[in-house]
Amino acid sequence: MKELICIVCPKGCHLKVDVDKDFAVTGNGCARGVEYAKAELTHPTRVVTSSVCVEGALHRRCPVKTNGAIPKEKIADAMKTLDGVCLKAPVALGAVVVENVCGTGVDFVSTRELEVV
Amino acid sequence: MYDLIVVGGGPAGLAAAYAARQNGAKKIIILERDKELGGILNQCIHNGFGLHRFKEELTGPEYAGRFEKMLESTDVEVSLDTMVLSITPRREVHCVSAEDGYRILEAKAIVLAMGCRERTRGAISIPGTRPAGVFTAGAAQRYVNMEGYMVGKRVVILGSGDIGLIMARRMTLEGAKVLACVEVMPYSGGLNRNIVQCLHDYDIPLYLSHTITDIKGDRRVEQVTVAKVDENRKPIKGSEMIFDCDTILLSVGLIPENELTRGAGIEIDRRTNGAVVYENMETSMDGVFACGNVVHVHDLVDFVSAESERAGAAAAKYALGGEAAGEAIDVKNGDGVSYTVPQKIRIDNVEKACEIFFRVRKIYKDSKIVVKSGETQLASFKREHLAPGEMEHITLPKVLLDKASGEIVVSVEE
Repeated sequence: MKELICIVCPKGCHLKVDVDKDFAVTGNGCARGVEYAKAELTHPTRVVTSSVCVEGALHRRCPVKTNGAIPKEKIADAMKTLDGVCLKAPVALGAVVVENVCGTGVDFVSTRELEVV
Repeated sequence: MYDLIVVGGGPAGLAAAYAARQNGAKKIIILERDKELGGILNQCIHNGFGLHRFKEELTGPEYAGRFEKMLESTDVEVSLDTMVLSITPRREVHCVSAEDGYRILEAKAIVLAMGCRERTRGAISIPGTRPAGVFTAGAAQRYVNMEGYMVGKRVVILGSGDIGLIMARRMTLEGAKVLACVEVMPYSGGLNRNIVQCLHDYDIPLYLSHTITDIKGDRRVEQVTVAKVDENRKPIKGSEMIFDCDTILLSVGLIPENELTRGAGIEIDRRTNGAVVYENMETSMDGVFACGNVVHVHDLVDFVSAESERAGAAAAKYALGGEAAGEAIDVKNGDGVSYTVPQKIRIDNVEKACEIFFRVRKIYKDSKIVVKSGETQLASFKREHLAPGEMEHITLPKVLLDKASGEIVVSVEE
């Protein structure tokens, strides 16, 4: 029996997972907890958020995220792909900043609009 | 004359203004001191926002962006770079900006949505020298995420509030070494999910029942001493650990920013440090409403939006001539409960049900939230898990409230 805290939503359910019984989950408040528990114990993934340099905008950084979850062990390498990236305003919401991050098929995209200032 | 003036253009102000417009208020203006709308969400670049409100997981800027787009489709005015100086009982708002100079704006209704600010080192009195390198976690978050400055290389975080946990991960991802997160209480002040995905994921130790007892450093922080504390939160001699670090981030609580509220003579609740509010988020001053973190500090922006939409709708109703009437009963906190919002309910003004938000004083397993009026038990709600770091709420239907007399008391029974 493994104990996990679900991170799918802020509720943070305390899950109990029976690995020997095909990852049977108890303590979950919703179905997403079942999915999370199995993924977390087999191949854990995370959405990564960070920021990149931007020129000509109100701020010097533009926030970005992976538009899907990537394997946890690739987070450090994914962060490296953002080094040296510099956008120019205007930036559209959802603009692709780095394509196919570390071969995951997931892109880093901008998470806000930035107008030219 | 405005129907509604909203003070603050963060998540609370945005939701209140939009809801007021939807509910028939016409001439609305948002006064915002920053150069853009969105407030603190702009620097909260992590995800996890909006699961309740939009049924999807958004980052802070995306969440703010949604509300800004909704507002753009309306005729709500926005005055950026504008500082409100005072609010009078006649609902005049004194404000100043570089573009428009000093203005006195009048309104039929006002929504206070100024949010909160961080407790600082001074507020908690850490001993030691006064070197550079001690930041509140939120200030560091703004430097790193918006202004492009990395604030340090070896970091100790004091306090386990959500901003501190989020910054532990953020600093790690940007190449810093986060040595420890130190929490004086025996439990974390942040959400469980943040302990998992910000500390556990990066093997950052969380020291519960510990605090910083000394800071050393001449120009810059060089070393901190962390000690275990006893049940009275007094450091235990001999339990000290030394960390060599250049940066300390403080995540030691948030304080509602109520200078304007106090200046206007509005009644403040000592438990929340926010205005005392009625069921519709109206304050002790007629036609002045308050919502979001300026009333009580929320865990989730989704709940700020929901509360602010109620405040905005009520403010619109007031501006259109619908004053709330009726006798108010007090909502009191009983055993195990540290505060309630609202603090007063005018039962005649409750349509179907009234939601009560509160926090508990310690961690409870398998307990009951009990609502009583005198000796009469109005309602009881089972809870598997209660924690001070997680805001709780209950919904009291009007039929139950009608049975109350004088006051109602919310408490936890084990």
